[in-house]
Amino acid sequence: MNETKLWKSLEEKAAITAGGAPKADSHDRFNPFSNDFLSRREFLEWSGGMAAVLGAAGCTRQPNEKMIPYTKAPERVIPGKPLFYASAMSLGGGSLGLLVESHMGRPTKIEGNPEHPTSMGATDPFAQASVMGMYDPDRSKVLIQNGQVTFWGNFSTQIAALMAMHRAKKGQGLRILTENVISPSLGAAIGELLKTMPEAAWHQYEPINRDNEIDGLKQAFGKSVTPWYDLKAAKVLVSFDSDLFGDLSGVRYSRDFAEGRAIATGKKDLNRFYALESQPTVTGSIADHRMPARVGDIESMAAALAQKLGLGVSGKPELNPEQRKWVDAIAEDVQANKGQSLFIAGRWQSPAVHSIAHALNASLGNTGKTVRYLPTIEIRADKNSDSIKSLVSAMGSDQVETLVILGGNPVFDAPADLGFVNALEKVKTRIHSGLYLDETGSKCQWHIPEAHYLESWSDLRAHNGVSTIVQPTIAPLYGGKTHLEVIAAIAGKGDKSSYDLVREYWKSQLGGDFETNWRKAVQDGVVEKSAGGGESVAVQGAANWKWTPNTGELDIQFRPDASVWDGRFANNGWLQETPRPLTKLTWDNAAVMSPNTATKYGLKNEMLVDLQVGEDKVRVPVWIQPGHCADAVTLHLGYGRRMAGRIGNQVGVDVYPLRPSTATWLRPGATIKATGSTYALACTQSHQNMEGREIVRHATLATFLGNPTFAQHHEHLPKNVQGLDVGTAGGEYAPKAEADYQWGMVVNLGSCTGCNACVVACQAENNIPIVGKTEVTRGREMNWLRIDRYYEGDGENPVAHHQPVACVHCETAPCEVVCPVGATVHDNEGLNNMVYNRCVGTKYCSNNCPYKVRHFNFFEYSDMTTPQLKLGRNPDVTVRSRGVMEKCTYCVQRISAARIEAKSENRKIRDGEVKTACQTACPTQSIVFGDISDPNSQVSKLKEASLNYSLLGELNTKPRTTYLAKVSNPNPKLEAKQPEQGAHHE
Amino acid sequence: MHKETAEPSVFGILAEFSSEKELLEAAAKVRDEGYKSTDAYSAYPIHGLLEALGKKDSLIPWFILACGLIGFASAWGLQVFVAVIDYPLNIGGRPLFSWPAFLPIVFELTVLFAAFGAVFGMIGFNGLPLPYHPLFNVEAFKSASRDGFFIGIESTDPKFDRAKTAQFLKGLKAKGVYEVEP
Amino acid sequence: MSDHSRLEAVIAPGYTLTSVTDKIGDIVTKDPIRKGWVGGLFLGFIGLQLFLMTVLMLFEFGVGIWGINIPVGWGFDIINFVWWIGIGHAGTLISAILLLFRQDWRTSINRFAEAMTLFAVACAATFPLLHMGRPEVGFYWVAPIPNVMGMWPQFRSPLMWDVFAISTYGTVSLLFWIVGLIPDFATLRDHADKAWKRNIFGVFAMGWRGSAIHWGRYETIYLILAGLATPLVLSVHTIVSFDFAVAQVPGWHTTVFPPYFVAGAIYSGFAMVLTLMIPLRKFYKLEDFITMRHLNTMAKVMLTTGLIVAYGYLIEGFMGWYSGSVYERYMLLNRFIGPYAPYYYALLACNVLIPQCLWFRSCRRNIPLLFVMSLVINTGMWLERFIIIVTSLHRDFLPSSWGMYYPTIFDWSMFIGTMGLFFSLLFIFVRILPVISIFEMRVLLSEEAHKKSGGSHA
Repeated sequence: MNETKLWKSLEEKAAITAGGAPKADSHDRFNPFSNDFLSRREFLEWSGGMAAVLGAAGCTRQPNEKMIPYTKAPERVIPGKPLFYASAMSLGGGSLGLLVESHMGRPTKIEGNPEHPTSMGATDPFAQASVMGMYDPDRSKVLIQNGQVTFWGNFSTQIAALMAMHRAKKGQGLRILTENVISPSLGAAIGELLKTMPEAAWHQYEPINRDNEIDGLKQAFGKSVTPWYDLKAAKVLVSFDSDLFGDLSGVRYSRDFAEGRAIATGKKDLNRFYALESQPTVTGSIADHRMPARVGDIESMAAALAQKLGLGVSGKPELNPEQRKWVDAIAEDVQANKGQSLFIAGRWQSPAVHSIAHALNASLGNTGKTVRYLPTIEIRADKNSDSIKSLVSAMGSDQVETLVILGGNPVFDAPADLGFVNALEKVKTRIHSGLYLDETGSKCQWHIPEAHYLESWSDLRAHNGVSTIVQPTIAPLYGGKTHLEVIAAIAGKGDKSSYDLVREYWKSQLGGDFETNWRKAVQDGVVEKSAGGGESVAVQGAANWKWTPNTGELDIQFRPDASVWDGRFANNGWLQETPRPLTKLTWDNAAVMSPNTATKYGLKNEMLVDLQVGEDKVRVPVWIQPGHCADAVTLHLGYGRRMAGRIGNQVGVDVYPLRPSTATWLRPGATIKATGSTYALACTQSHQNMEGREIVRHATLATFLGNPTFAQHHEHLPKNVQGLDVGTAGGEYAPKAEADYQWGMVVNLGSCTGCNACVVACQAENNIPIVGKTEVTRGREMNWLRIDRYYEGDGENPVAHHQPVACVHCETAPCEVVCPVGATVHDNEGLNNMVYNRCVGTKYCSNNCPYKVRHFNFFEYSDMTTPQLKLGRNPDVTVRSRGVMEKCTYCVQRISAARIEAKSENRKIRDGEVKTACQTACPTQSIVFGDISDPNSQVSKLKEASLNYSLLGELNTKPRTTYLAKVSNPNPKLEAKQPEQGAHHE
Repeated sequence: MHKETAEPSVFGILAEFSSEKELLEAAAKVRDEGYKSTDAYSAYPIHGLLEALGKKDSLIPWFILACGLIGFASAWGLQVFVAVIDYPLNIGGRPLFSWPAFLPIVFELTVLFAAFGAVFGMIGFNGLPLPYHPLFNVEAFKSASRDGFFIGIESTDPKFDRAKTAQFLKGLKAKGVYEVEP
Repeated sequence: MSDHSRLEAVIAPGYTLTSVTDKIGDIVTKDPIRKGWVGGLFLGFIGLQLFLMTVLMLFEFGVGIWGINIPVGWGFDIINFVWWIGIGHAGTLISAILLLFRQDWRTSINRFAEAMTLFAVACAATFPLLHMGRPEVGFYWVAPIPNVMGMWPQFRSPLMWDVFAISTYGTVSLLFWIVGLIPDFATLRDHADKAWKRNIFGVFAMGWRGSAIHWGRYETIYLILAGLATPLVLSVHTIVSFDFAVAQVPGWHTTVFPPYFVAGAIYSGFAMVLTLMIPLRKFYKLEDFITMRHLNTMAKVMLTTGLIVAYGYLIEGFMGWYSGSVYERYMLLNRFIGPYAPYYYALLACNVLIPQCLWFRSCRRNIPLLFVMSLVINTGMWLERFIIIVTSLHRDFLPSSWGMYYPTIFDWSMFIGTMGLFFSLLFIFVRILPVISIFEMRVLLSEEAHKKSGGSHA
């Protein structure tokens, strides 16, 4: 079609299209043509063709209703009314309990499962984005043998023959490679398989693993267990470089932490959090004390702390005065709070630090109180690095004839020094099952499309041992198979469905009346009494623990990415376009370093540098990150995918080549050299400073107690316009409207970690399109809810503030007055409505919006052509087309749903019955929505709090969304670095 | 009337003068002579010419005023009807009848309607457009749009007499006197 | 200056009703098609094509082809709109206000200035339409027409005021212009060389025959029209300034805007008149009608309005500081040392510094210098709108949402394209219509005659 042609030719002109390999062109943002949104359109043409090719086998074009015949549909399906199904999602050896919202048999939205210990009703960005992951049109759609499309039947017959051969040899030459398995049924199935074939072997590998933790626990207790922290019980928390809240089970941990500082609801004795960090994380960003320190220094401090607290750790750690001061202060603090303190080591800290942390917990009597030890969450806890090493050596020495790879992408992410690919080539039969025909899949003769968790029956263990039955809400879109089914086929169990397999397993587990228990377990998403007892642990021989101080000039630190994790989410546009929590970068990874380090090497943002250690070398753009430790560069894993899909291919830089098995997290002795060229990064927040404006208001606990209303002294307004006259949407002049409800929101800045769950939740709930890198660089990102991040104080260790900002629904909305066609108007319940169909796109409303929360469809951003994406959309929300303005609606569709419900039962909407998407997703419950005309509603009570203030209230916009000022609880012994904003404004 | 049936009737008699000054003097004399249905023609407006001919017409300003008022009223009507009666919406918490915001449009429409009144009023009152007019039959009249000055007395005038009137006009030092066929 | 020479200055001596008529009329009726004219029209036409191409792209792909974004929702589109509208102020000002003030020097330039106004307004009017995300519906959704959706426009929005102000201004200017043309059509009807020309002009002349009674009504309404147009001219840019002044963006929300926008408009309008008049009078040898006095007086007007504009900048700055608002103060600071500061200083140079040389008669009478000056001022006025719109928007209340604005090639092609539209219309106009109002020149002559004979010293 000629339009496509036109854009092809234009694309050729384009200096660089988003996601392209780093090119020395920082001008692409000025280039009208370099617009990957358009190139995406081009791709869609292509995908249409491909779908046609696969038409025979693939079913991308089939309407979904056919895929779940109504005969099988659950009863109580009312068209237009969503149903929720309990399920769970696994990630990197952890699991999160979920409720899947399903419209007419189509999962459209993920919520947390309140019953589930790791969720408590909240979610993380990965879970929120998993819906997009399931509908991803780039997922592998067909079973492939040597590049040819084939069918499951062929596979099962041929595999049976192959296995017969192996069985004859007791399984010799058969290897199975999985990710860390936390599914009891799958674990059991593999176990059985290995019983029948003792010579076969099972390996587990994930690039982001807990090897160090396992070693540390072995050192400390001589056995491998899984720690489960209880942050509610902790008064003093000390993190040795742990990303507690951003990591697995972080949802639950941040929830408990937030409850420890619920000051708005009257709590006065806040917990205190010391964070030692090698690089800024959401965890450190809400700590009361945060110190950036090189990994080695953190180790030294841990050792010093251990010695101070009487653990016999050998050696003489050298600390600078500041660090010394910290050690003393922390030591004093934890001793004063025996049994109420908690030490946590990050997964990238050395085993020594882990063992020290656990030993400290033991010696301070925290064990059993703030931390419990449970049987390992993995069915079999392997040290991943050893496991993969042994596999590669076996492959290298031709001991492997058949390799079955279930999930994971070792070709892309296995340690660089092992030469996994070469070894793999030596294996005769290579079978891969995964969601994508990825780097690994393409190197195997067999590729079996994997069923997404939303499509499959399975079960998952959570960190505290509780198990969940994973149930599908849709039949496999692309006829995928679960790992369980593949193993069954290998084990010669024929074509048993995973449903049967899972039930089989649980028959043996669930006592009593199986059907009832099963039904209950599936319904609740939690299997009762599956937690299992705690493990008793005893510290042994602390004296000979080795801790290694820094070596070398410059460290390279590898970290999981907040959006793509280890690379598995690379093709998920929602995650790619979600600004990373602190860097606010999208669509790229970078060499993240502190300002001083950058000056030391004469580097600036977006400069392309060569990072080199020995022979290994990558070329990365620089990103300067306040609060990063000195003399270290952080590289986020999972970018530079080659076969991720149309969205994820060639986005960012693949840094795995720098990551040998010997240096999983830290690679010292790096050299950095500027190449002289630059590369444009798409950052959504260019300005970090509040410019002395009272935007995020905060104070220390001491200041707050002295002056509880510090947050409210900033707006200088004439008396007659002060405050918010509830009940009259629109303030004193407005037509007095009779309404049962007046909606409003409160956001608690004190507990927001900036984790992005709300951002992605909003995107999923409201069908918000992605725009691509180039459009982001041009300032056209569409996220209705953004998290502003400001820094205060010293650039090397600033205080970070997170502030979620969406439309605040002003009573006297500046946007409404200037719209020539009345496309944005107020309703009688105080909502600032956006009438898409009426909008003509003058952009005047956005210009006049002081919060800049309106977003404009400069192009046709919404993908109107790809059928799968249509299935995944929320049917209750309009899909916006080109040329109209859009913004947060307070999830008006949810309000309407609740209203209908209430009317049908002929009552008022109850408090808490309407929860916005961001609210439900928030792990710390920082967002509260409700009826502010009802004095007893939770939101009204919070608005009563003395911490409550209006953002830009001095403009008399009378926002319905107000904020609770941030109160921190620093240790007086360590004088607070952060500027005492509250103090100024007496 | 019956007189004219005898010989070919004329529309009137046209006299040409060589300068603005002479035209004005002649016009005054024509008026004093008592001719009523007269008119003068020139390539540009001449002050005092109408007075000299003894004609006065002051209807147009009132017409324009009326149009302006209609514009004024309809502007208010439209905005109040839309913003208060037919489509009452809470716009940014402003009152429905937020009259100061309506003033600009009231002003604009008043001016617009008045301007239309002025232009089309002028054209209408002047009986334009008029494709044919007997005067154009007179060859010399071409210069009326360039540098000529004319006075015409039409046959409808009670005092009109073909010979006498022509004589009288010649008496006014006219450069030339022409009969105008209808 | 002595009275005599002053009169001479408006029109060179020795002209009669006849010669005036012929000299101006012949440009339309007898003057051969000349290379210079063809070349000019061709350039304009190229620009016009560029404009149409851009509009095509706009409808195909959306306003995203421009550099606008969030926070800078308005860019070249609105800058150009305000710039053109400003230019469009000179014409009606000259023909209406100067008429009321009985400025005889207006006579020989008002026809041309009015034409320029109409074309500038035409260029300006394209932007409010095309800057919309959905122009295909927007162009009638902003009109108060009863419709099946039962929807009405929102009259509190300055954009609605714009719709009415611009359309009213355009219409009234057109009427004013046409009325002025009727007697000249009659002249051309009677004196054009070819029959078909006579017929065409005849149609437009509507049978005008110079009757004293008609002239009477004609003068009445012409005066009233002038009376109506005068406040209209002042209102239009006032209302345009409301687009900004009514909003609350720091740098927009300023009470000084209306007067200083109007002054700026006249400033740029006169500059544009000079830009066009100076080559024109040379090309068609009209130095006798558009004399040094005209240029001199227009230069003086520019100097005055320029000073008012400068005062506007001053007050803007003072108020920003005096308000004590962190936002206003930062806006100021951002203008002085922000990323767009160079443009701000360029603006000050163009609009405030350089024009000061107009204090000296020697400069006012140096035609090449005046020409350059007019270009400088037009640039300066464009920069002023850039500063007001872009630097105010790109850093407003929440630093988190601050951004930058970079125009794309489509912003430029749109801008240059409208110039093409403008010049195409202009070149056609000078060929088919008298660039100077002939009958008013006759009036001028007769008035002179009176003054001579009367010897009265006005």
